[in-house]
Amino acid sequence: MSGLALQDVSKRFGDFTAVDNVSLSIPHGTFVCMLGPSGCGKTTLLRMIAGLEEPSTGTILLDGTDITPIPTHKRDFGMVFQSLALFPHLNVGDNIAYPLRIRGVGKAEQKKRVAELLDMISLQGYAERPVAKLSGGQRQRVAIARALALSPKLFLLDEPLSALDAKLREAMQVELRQLQQKLGITTIVVTHDQREAMTMADLVVVMGEGRIRQAAPPVEIYRKPADAFVADFIGSTNLLSVGADGALLGRAMPSLAMATRSAGGKLSIRPEDVQLVAAGSGMFAGTVSFVRDLGGTIETFVDVGGTTVVAISTPRERTPFKAGDPVDVTLPLESCVVLKG
Amino acid sequence: MSAATLRRIVFLLVALFLAGPLIVVAGVSVNEKQSLIFPPEGFSLAWYGQIFTDPGWRSALVNSLTLAAASAALAVMIAMPLAWFLWRRIAPWARIFQLLGVAPFILPPVITALGFLTFWATVGAYGQPWTAAISHAIFFVTLPLVTLSLGFSSIDRSLVEAASTMGADDRTVLRTVVLPLILPYVISGYAFAFVLSLNEYIVAYMTVGFTMETLPIKIFNALRYGYTPTMAAVSIFFVAVAAIVFGLIARFGDLPRLLGALSGDRD
Amino acid sequence: MRREPPRTLADYAPIAFPALMLVIFFVVPFSTMIAVSFFQRDPAGFYSPAFTFANYERFLSAFFGGVLGFSIMLAVMVAIVCVLVAFPFTWLLTQASRRVQIVWLVAILSVLSLSEVIIGFAWSTLFSRTAGITNLLVMAGLMAEPQALMPGFGAVLTAMVYQALPYTVLVLYPAIVRLDPTLLEAARTLGASPMRAFLNVVVPALRNTIMATLIMVFVFALGSYLLPQILGRPQHWTLSVLITDQAIYQSNMPFAAAMAVFLVLMSLALVGLTLMVGSQREERT
Repeated sequence: MSGLALQDVSKRFGDFTAVDNVSLSIPHGTFVCMLGPSGCGKTTLLRMIAGLEEPSTGTILLDGTDITPIPTHKRDFGMVFQSLALFPHLNVGDNIAYPLRIRGVGKAEQKKRVAELLDMISLQGYAERPVAKLSGGQRQRVAIARALALSPKLFLLDEPLSALDAKLREAMQVELRQLQQKLGITTIVVTHDQREAMTMADLVVVMGEGRIRQAAPPVEIYRKPADAFVADFIGSTNLLSVGADGALLGRAMPSLAMATRSAGGKLSIRPEDVQLVAAGSGMFAGTVSFVRDLGGTIETFVDVGGTTVVAISTPRERTPFKAGDPVDVTLPLESCVVLKG
Repeated sequence: MSAATLRRIVFLLVALFLAGPLIVVAGVSVNEKQSLIFPPEGFSLAWYGQIFTDPGWRSALVNSLTLAAASAALAVMIAMPLAWFLWRRIAPWARIFQLLGVAPFILPPVITALGFLTFWATVGAYGQPWTAAISHAIFFVTLPLVTLSLGFSSIDRSLVEAASTMGADDRTVLRTVVLPLILPYVISGYAFAFVLSLNEYIVAYMTVGFTMETLPIKIFNALRYGYTPTMAAVSIFFVAVAAIVFGLIARFGDLPRLLGALSGDRD
Repeated sequence: MRREPPRTLADYAPIAFPALMLVIFFVVPFSTMIAVSFFQRDPAGFYSPAFTFANYERFLSAFFGGVLGFSIMLAVMVAIVCVLVAFPFTWLLTQASRRVQIVWLVAILSVLSLSEVIIGFAWSTLFSRTAGITNLLVMAGLMAEPQALMPGFGAVLTAMVYQALPYTVLVLYPAIVRLDPTLLEAARTLGASPMRAFLNVVVPALRNTIMATLIMVFVFALGSYLLPQILGRPQHWTLSVLITDQAIYQSNMPFAAAMAVFLVLMSLALVGLTLMVGSQREERT
């Protein structure tokens, strides 16, 4: 089997189970984002792939070979750390050349490769610069170049962009994705930022409490979340429980209410799919309780029989409501997703 | 009275108290005649020359420098693997050795000195110059131990992990990452032990007091038989050496951090 | 790097040399000393093996009791004076710019590293009739003629404070420098003057630190050996002086060892007390 495969991998620290029986296969050339709230086990999983932690149980296979017992320094993976871990005692060029030096690559060859890599990250002529003299984004690029110096089989990144400000982060996401596509390297990024995952990944792996909740392409994760945890974590959503407003829901959409109740879970609808129409012409009658006008989008909070439903629209679609306005809410059937509990 | 004025007054008083005796000693050290007079009469640096020309003082100086250099080196050799081990491994039991390393420094020195005296007397090596080197190394091992522990704890462990993902095994990591980063702490630990060994009296006295004269022993012995300005010159020489060494540590290292402040970010 | 317990013999290897050195040259000598404290004095050599409490009994005489009492009293006074001076000074120091702090720290370390011999010699010069400060007072017309200020208790106390003051500052420095500066700023915004803020906020916040420092300086001062000899009269000699005297000049090593063991026990008890105070502090924060 080609690619990386995790089989029933678990990691326990004393009584605490950080990673709980995770199985996953990643074909070559895939860009994977492990996404989840802090403490969900995503970093521990990445560190086990890198060999920095030993799985308590389970095996990790690369191209069908068990790599679990192989120590980190023999795995030939490139890794970018959250702190970047650039060596403060070495300059930019020596940092990038470090893995080459360790493998005994000749001086001339090292120099050539460093120049190539600096070219790749658009930092030509920075080889002699001390690391401390770089900006945040430049450091980021150096860490990436260093991890890629040996053309590793696997490229691992642990929250690589978390230290950057919002603008730079978005630019780096695009850069990282383009670089990965150019090199065709299997890449695993750990992040807690769902926007980042949506921007870069071929495959998003949502983790919660040490388990994989859903592994799917970004759009599928967004459109068809597997459970309430995923739906809530990826973007914002309206989670309507059938228990509380079942009667209401049942009257309007009997088939959906039935499905939801039998799954014992909730109904999810994205705010941009919720339609607000003139009072008396929709499914449910409600009252606007709060309006958040963000300029580009408007979030309208509607109270429907004690449950708050949020709708997002753009200013062009219609004139904004005001708090206290009566309004009707319509939930298009095709946009509603039934979630397991 | 403003806070700044108060601070200036307190600083001035403490400075006077700390510098006062040294100013007087510096004064008498440049007296022309061999007499204990202050303010000095005439000006002469001859007494400083004596440290290096008089055979007695010169051999004491050489003894002291040799002892300090050797014992500080040995102290670092003991502290380095211990501090590295405590940082590298999970071994709570090894803390006992850390405690042993700190103990001689906290206990009244006369106790450690007497311990060495009974020990060297028992094994029959009493009075051998090398016994003083070992004794000082143990006595001052605390200093490199503390600076090195601090140094290791300041190394970001992800640097080591990064090195291993790039193919470095444990020894290579030690050589290419850990040692370069720990070097300033090795040097300051050595310097602390060196300066304190240079000035130490009681342990040196109890181990080799009757066979070898170090400078402090020489000064004390000379003091018993009366005053010579060379003592004053040696004292000032010592203060200067200490100030230069600590000044260098401050210049190339982070002194406030070494002395227990968090990273020095106030400028 | 995985930080894990050592497994193979090679993993343990680095600690072998330090462990061996510390055991052979600290634990063994220390134990030897304890053993010798139960031995007999041998006028021909150092001592001869025996098991006797005579050395401890001898220590419990009025004379040695008096010396012990004086040593403790002296050390307590030194500790109190040092903390009284060093605490406000160190606090002001931490308020100064980093540059000023570094200059002071270099100066303080230089004085701290000074040999007791040199400190004793320097103060004996300062207190002498011919080269002392009284000459300056005479020159200023405040005194009729210069006089010697030593030997005497005041001279011993002054020099010991001089010796222990840098140590006190360095013990206090980390605790004070880490004190949350917003505590003081909060007190100031609530209307406290700098002096009141210092007394009402800084001092209480560091009460345990002050206690621990007092004890550490006390133990430090207990070790002073040369200053009482150089600057004091025989009645100002401390236990440390007597221990050396017995060991070197009276060749009574067993008795010296017994006194040393006693001094250790007292120091250990006090260090233990310091640690307890320290752990209480950690519990509180």
